[in-house]
Amino acid sequence: MEHYISLFIKAVFVENMALAFFLGMCTFLALSKKVETAIGLGIAVVVVLAITVPLNNLLYQNLLVDGALEWAGLPGVDLSFLGLLSYIGVIAAVVQILEMTLDKYVPALYNALGVFLPLITVNCAIMGASLFMVERDYNFSESLVYGVGAGVGWALAIAALAGIREKLKYSDVPAGLRGLGITFITVGLMSLGFMSFSGVQL
Amino acid sequence: MSNVKEVLFGPILANNPIALQILGICSALAVTSSLSVSLVMAIALTLVTAFSSFFIAIIRNHIPNSIRIIVQMIIIASLVIVVDQVLKAFAFEISKQLSVFVGLIITNCIVMGRAEAFAMKNGPVMSFLDGIGNGLGYSVMLIIVAIFRELLGAGKLFGVEIFTTIQNGGWYQPNGLMLLPPSAFFVIGLVIWALRAYKTDQVEAPEYKIAANSRAQEAL
Repeated sequence: MEHYISLFIKAVFVENMALAFFLGMCTFLALSKKVETAIGLGIAVVVVLAITVPLNNLLYQNLLVDGALEWAGLPGVDLSFLGLLSYIGVIAAVVQILEMTLDKYVPALYNALGVFLPLITVNCAIMGASLFMVERDYNFSESLVYGVGAGVGWALAIAALAGIREKLKYSDVPAGLRGLGITFITVGLMSLGFMSFSGVQL
Repeated sequence: MSNVKEVLFGPILANNPIALQILGICSALAVTSSLSVSLVMAIALTLVTAFSSFFIAIIRNHIPNSIRIIVQMIIIASLVIVVDQVLKAFAFEISKQLSVFVGLIITNCIVMGRAEAFAMKNGPVMSFLDGIGNGLGYSVMLIIVAIFRELLGAGKLFGVEIFTTIQNGGWYQPNGLMLLPPSAFFVIGLVIWALRAYKTDQVEAPEYKIAANSRAQEAL
């Protein structure tokens, strides 16, 4: 249990997807002007990560890794080079299915999250989490915890940035820095703050 | 002829994918702590963008509109797998340092964005040039950031010492912050500032205007 808790804390704070690995930056910068939008997007990312990372883990362990196809009578087959193609396929499929299911059964949630779901397919945080899962050799339950943790960390970062930007729009920024430039510098300062977590030993 | 020039070199200054279109920022930040790694990343991304635009432009009239994203994804993913395998075979050290970021070229918005915005509407040759152009715009940004970060952070370029550091009996005290993630944000922010000071038409309009002082006399 303790192992999972420390994995979760590490995924949220120490190895924050957005601020330590710069993943999902495009949406992070483009959609962080309002707190409401940011929280909606954040929740969508948590949900998609919590589903796709464990799913890709199953796929990797049972079909792609070296020797995984032994049950099919093919012991020497290593399909891990197909990883990238399979993960992106799984992510695109999950997002599509999630969108249709929400539309049919939970229309209220669909109306809140609907516009963000298609964007998530090309969010590198989702793909990145699956690739980190493979690189670090997580098992199924670890990958579940890691998926949720990475999502929560990303959602936290975008909500915080949106909060800052809502206030920042009243300030008098030098012309050339207006908009994108000052956002980069703000994110840099936030990232500097999150660096202080890197001293935490878990 | 001028059209070719515009497609090829426009994205470098006038319409830079990173500084103006906000595309492909993830990898721009993460791989720039050393110049050689950034250079490999820039070449890989340029090739993938150019060839994916080329192939998508060839079949653009045969792709059903409703599944075009998936078709584009598959073409891009296959190209990235080729790049990944080539890097693992011939530049293993660098591919280790790039770790997941080669795979993340798939979700790099520059590749998707150009496929969607340009290659679906133009012929294969122009799309190929557009891919190269946007790849160059990305590369220029990446290389500028990497030069600042590696030179100030470690006193080196391509791993060769430029400023002799204090540890080696020289004069330069390396700035460790430049090698850490936050500095990538600061450097890109400052580069955008410099670019917009030069190209003032890229400056964004303020969202909120402070009303001018309406009193007739001087404020107290």
